[in-house]
Amino acid sequence: MKEDKQDRMEMLLKRSVPPVEADQEPSRDLWPATLRGLEMRLDTRPPAVPWFDMALAGGVLGLIALFPASIPVFLYYL
Amino acid sequence: MQNETGSVLDLFRQGDVGAFERLFREHQRAVYGWVLRIVRNPAAAEDVTVETFWRIYRAHARFDPARGFAPWARRIATHAALDWLRTARPESALGPEEMETLAAPDAGDAAIAAEIRRKTAQAFGRLAPKLRIAATLAVVEELTAKEVAEVLGISVAAVKVRVFRALRLLRNDLERQGIRP
Repeated sequence: MKEDKQDRMEMLLKRSVPPVEADQEPSRDLWPATLRGLEMRLDTRPPAVPWFDMALAGGVLGLIALFPASIPVFLYYL
Repeated sequence: MQNETGSVLDLFRQGDVGAFERLFREHQRAVYGWVLRIVRNPAAAEDVTVETFWRIYRAHARFDPARGFAPWARRIATHAALDWLRTARPESALGPEEMETLAAPDAGDAAIAAEIRRKTAQAFGRLAPKLRIAATLAVVEELTAKEVAEVLGISVAAVKVRVFRALRLLRNDLERQGIRP
């Protein structure tokens, strides 16, 4: 009984959602779109570091060079 | 010829874009046809095909030439299509007037039979994507459970359970609308 219901449901589904015809092809060449997207995704330039961050890092390194005793303090705040 | 194909696959594995284009040209149609069987919308199938090849290129280092390009591409395409089904809007719900017309369907009436098919297709569109994709491939496209299991990356038993659940939920949905399949 259960299987019969299942079979009838399968038949109705097949009639309602017919299979896609074989050998369909896209309406356009998809390579240009693929390549464009690929170039965008592969654009791996390193992110620009803001000048302020560079200046801050330079300042910290300068302080460390002038006052090596401050290294544990910097490490403590890291 | 075999060596040439092998070298293209090796080059692709190293990330060579020229080799990737050759594989794209060779497999574009098959991937599109496969995706279309799942998403059933030509414009969406083109977008998903492009997305599939992006994913293929991104995963080039994980490609194993010994296992073949086509089955690997098909698995990636299946997951890309499944992701599309998850984001696509389901078919809109039916209005009360439409339900009234189907309260007592007569199997001999061609117009009502067409209406039942339309409502079945709509109800099918409302199923969860993972159930819909299993039922589409196993019932509509008549693939074996083993083939469906391979592309979905699940067991044969899980495919059978998903198809069973999909048909049961579909029947329940139709019964709520007064249609007894």
